[in-house]
Amino acid sequence: MARIRDNYERSAAYRAEKVIKGEAEPLDFLPEEDRTTEDKLTIEKTVKESESELSLSPETLTETVEFKLYSRIYKALSVVVCIIFITSLVITAIHLPSLGSDLNPANNEVPERYVEKGVEETGAINTVAGMILDYRAFDTFGESCVLFAAVICVLILLKESDLSAAEHSDRQNEPKNDGILKAAASILFPVIIIFGFYVILNGHLSAGGGFSGGAILGSGMILYLLAFGFEKAHKLFNYKTFAVTVCSAQIFYCIAKGFSFFTGANEIETHIPLGNPGDILSSGLILPLNICVGLVVAYTIYTFYVMFRRGGF
Amino acid sequence: MEILKFILLCLLVICAVSVSVTKNLLSSVIIFMSYSGIMALVWMLLLSPDLAITEAAVGAGISSILFFVTLKKLGLLSGGSNDGKNKR
Repeated sequence: MARIRDNYERSAAYRAEKVIKGEAEPLDFLPEEDRTTEDKLTIEKTVKESESELSLSPETLTETVEFKLYSRIYKALSVVVCIIFITSLVITAIHLPSLGSDLNPANNEVPERYVEKGVEETGAINTVAGMILDYRAFDTFGESCVLFAAVICVLILLKESDLSAAEHSDRQNEPKNDGILKAAASILFPVIIIFGFYVILNGHLSAGGGFSGGAILGSGMILYLLAFGFEKAHKLFNYKTFAVTVCSAQIFYCIAKGFSFFTGANEIETHIPLGNPGDILSSGLILPLNICVGLVVAYTIYTFYVMFRRGGF
Repeated sequence: MEILKFILLCLLVICAVSVSVTKNLLSSVIIFMSYSGIMALVWMLLLSPDLAITEAAVGAGISSILFFVTLKKLGLLSGGSNDGKNKR
């Protein structure tokens, strides 16, 4: 075992690892006698240069000629880029067709089909919900996957293994046992949560749906956390419930919509009842898919907040 | 209705410019919130209530909460006192 370790320490990979980690300079690994005086001189020179750079204070840096020139060019360029961007956008906006005109290129057979057969085919009174969760359900699946990827990136970057230090800094910065916040939250939290569920469950009947309802639910959860602290919030929302809810919602969405697209493409009967348009239990898969999207969005937003604030559940 | 639309669009431009001009980060986040609120009204006037709800919930609610948390973590959430100090 020791021999393997020695071999590894003599290898190039070990040296490269050391250099990447910043523990050693590339020239340190040359044998002492191989180092020419030139090498030594360059080492001393670079050390001196970096020291002189460090000794410059921000005030003296801003007074150098290069910095002044650079900041002037930077300002002029930013103005030029802004003007070009604004002009091109305004020219595009002027040439856009007017809103709701018959001659718009978007006014073709696709929206005609949505308007004429939407209710009949999807069972949703809200045509927008019928569009995004039935005709174009894979678009929405992609969007919720983007959210899922974002929350995983935040978890990878910000999750702290040791929570006690984070807890200490959190205590100093955040309110604890704030009476006004608690009293307001105990009235507002149920109202917000009920409204969020209403927006999600009524997504196929009126304006709203998974994304907006999920955002409302998430902000309600954040309010609960702010008012009652991490200990109480952890009983309802913790890492385990987050992982189970989000993953099962995504998997259910994928399987359900994959099934309906597969059967639709092969013209097989799906046996999913569309129900009576206008009822709360109608429009086939749209209601469960709305619930899935809403849960993913709510937990994503809550996790963002917790990760930004403390770095762990 | 046309006048209301015109006023709202003017307010949008004013908000958008003042977000970038304001030095105090707390007030620029609050102006950004009001930008999202006006944008939700504009969506409502353009007859798309779905987008209006989402804009109000996400733009005015969630994104500003995340901005506030970030500002607090960076120690910049102290009202009007940090006008000149953090310009470095």
